[in-house]
Amino acid sequence: MKMRPKLQLLDQALIERILNEAFQLIEDPGVRVAPYVVDLLRAAGISVKDGVAHIPELLARRLLDLAPRGFCLYDRSGKPAVRYAGDDVHFDPGSSCLNILDPETQQARPALSSDLVRLVKVTEMLPQFAAQSTAMVCNDVPPEIGDWYRLLLVLWYSEKPVVTGAFSASSLHTLLELLVIESGGRAELRQHPRAIFDVCPSPPLNWSEFASQNLVDLARAGVPAEIVSMPLAGATAPVTLAGSVTQHAAECISGITIHQLAQPGSPIVWGAAPAIFDMRTGKTPMGAIETAMLDVACAEVGKSLGLPTHAYMVAGDGRLIDAQVEMESGMSAVLGALAGINMISGAGMLDFLACHSIEKLVIDAEAIASAQRLIEGIDGRSDSLAVAMFAQNGLQGDFLKLKETRALFRKEQHFPSAVIDRGLPQTDGATPDILQRTRQRVGELLSAYERHPLPPEREQALIAFALREAKECGLEGLPEILRPEYVHEPGLI
Amino acid sequence: MPDDNFSAMRQSIIDGAPDTASELALHAVSAGIAPIDAIHLGFVPGMHEVGEQFARGQMYLPDMMASAEAMRAAMAVLDPELKKLGTERPMAGIVVLGTTKGDIHEIGKILVGTLLTAHGFRVHDLGVDVAGEKFAAQAQELHADIVGVSALLTTTMRNQKGVVEAIEKAGLRSQVKIMVGGAPVTRRWADEIGADGYAKDAMSAVELARQLMQQKAQGAVVESV
Repeated sequence: MKMRPKLQLLDQALIERILNEAFQLIEDPGVRVAPYVVDLLRAAGISVKDGVAHIPELLARRLLDLAPRGFCLYDRSGKPAVRYAGDDVHFDPGSSCLNILDPETQQARPALSSDLVRLVKVTEMLPQFAAQSTAMVCNDVPPEIGDWYRLLLVLWYSEKPVVTGAFSASSLHTLLELLVIESGGRAELRQHPRAIFDVCPSPPLNWSEFASQNLVDLARAGVPAEIVSMPLAGATAPVTLAGSVTQHAAECISGITIHQLAQPGSPIVWGAAPAIFDMRTGKTPMGAIETAMLDVACAEVGKSLGLPTHAYMVAGDGRLIDAQVEMESGMSAVLGALAGINMISGAGMLDFLACHSIEKLVIDAEAIASAQRLIEGIDGRSDSLAVAMFAQNGLQGDFLKLKETRALFRKEQHFPSAVIDRGLPQTDGATPDILQRTRQRVGELLSAYERHPLPPEREQALIAFALREAKECGLEGLPEILRPEYVHEPGLI
Repeated sequence: MPDDNFSAMRQSIIDGAPDTASELALHAVSAGIAPIDAIHLGFVPGMHEVGEQFARGQMYLPDMMASAEAMRAAMAVLDPELKKLGTERPMAGIVVLGTTKGDIHEIGKILVGTLLTAHGFRVHDLGVDVAGEKFAAQAQELHADIVGVSALLTTTMRNQKGVVEAIEKAGLRSQVKIMVGGAPVTRRWADEIGADGYAKDAMSAVELARQLMQQKAQGAVVESV
């Protein structure tokens, strides 16, 4: 049997120390929680004083055991497309960015709904991404509807599962309603969830009103939640990597406690977006090697409990698509894949997660493909590794002619797209740089994209719902879906 | 008192040693050194050196926080002495600081507040999740020169605009300079919402605050002319 290459940074003894201290932390000093969950916690026998819950280890361990060890996200047709379990590895683009690198000028500017649609189409065409994300906040729609409008556009233009999240406690219900309509009902959504929602505690050890409420409401809706705990080593968390991983574990365990109390067995993910705090600039470098180490170590702790995992990787910190950004992103993609993290979010992002780039997303897809090849490992393929081939060839070294070569080279070698310069001749004899090659690839992907409509009745219902919600915020029409002049077209709605 | 002690005071700030700074301040008082001299010839040059070393990448944020703490310890001794003499340390300006509504992150804001205080500003920290109206009301009540608004999230950054609007609505815009900062904030965003300045980190926030105070003083001269 072929060995699966794996990266481990923690030994069993250190994992146990991390968990022991994490359980200590959730009991004393405890975890700050919002009023929304106080009754729920008290009913389970957890003491809550002055807004701080003191969670006993025994109870937390029992609730951890109730959380599912795995689950699937489904594509629009209802087929399982992402498996959150074991060492399965999937990637999706980074999310909720306000800015985009303009494709023409390569300068950052506020993102528009047309940018998000382009990104969704490109992601749809790239097999490296098993899921979409609600990648950008569209600056051309009112801020009050900024979170659900992203999801609407993704549901409209994509069939892949979606990693998303709400910006407030109340807007979660609008996002869920969109998913209910798209899935054909609440039971269908619960049975075949297409989306997973990121929910973030505030470091250190604080489940805010918004985050607590999202956890509870998602659990009760049966829609998967992904805890994205974000310790900043040295700022909002202990400076040591092990200390930050411990805080991360405490935040995840306390979140899972709340979530499983609300609805035992509801799907939840041990997720992370940690970073070191750069002591020169106060920035949070996502491309730093220590940030990647934190991601890997946090996932290892989650895996030791048998839980599905997530991390924020494949992002770079430079402001332009350059060697630094791609070095950081590529390295992090490889490390995340080797760690067997179930969902790795962040591709396409740069400038400390402040900016998205479709061109970077396409280059990152190449790094991801290499990482995916790496974790396939090395396979002997047959009883003889080399002797049988030498028996045919002797010492002539002419392996190109062998039938084994033709039969196996596609399995052995990954062939990158033309974004990666492997010396393929260019049609016009020019030697385009990586940005030119990437722009060409983006153009090709967009040309090849074809939208698959939803069943007509769901499409109509989705538009009718979105128009009602948008109108309340003074938005006529739905940018990138329905122009205002067609809103009152007879028979359309 | 030998001049060497001014060097020791300076060094206590560079070393980030609050106990030493406090002891040196007490010695200065008992030796009859004018408190204002201890501040301006001893401790303040230490903070300047720290700022310069930080800008050169030779000192790091934890070092700077320790230096600010040492400065605070020295001033805890010297401020009451100044008051006894009927004076007080010349103040660089009054700053009202806070994290914008919907955002509970404050590490960056605390850094800015600490460094502004160490550099002679009087800082009133309103905490986190602060509405624009509260910024405006506090700025009015405290006669603030500068309002500093922090935001960590792309989603809450938008609320910085609400602070600018609230200050305009309160009729304070001509008296109060507004500076913004935080991870997702850019100079372009600051310009777009009509803020007076943007600082990319805590040290540049101090420099920006000094510049805004200069602009304010020049504006006052122009108005009086």
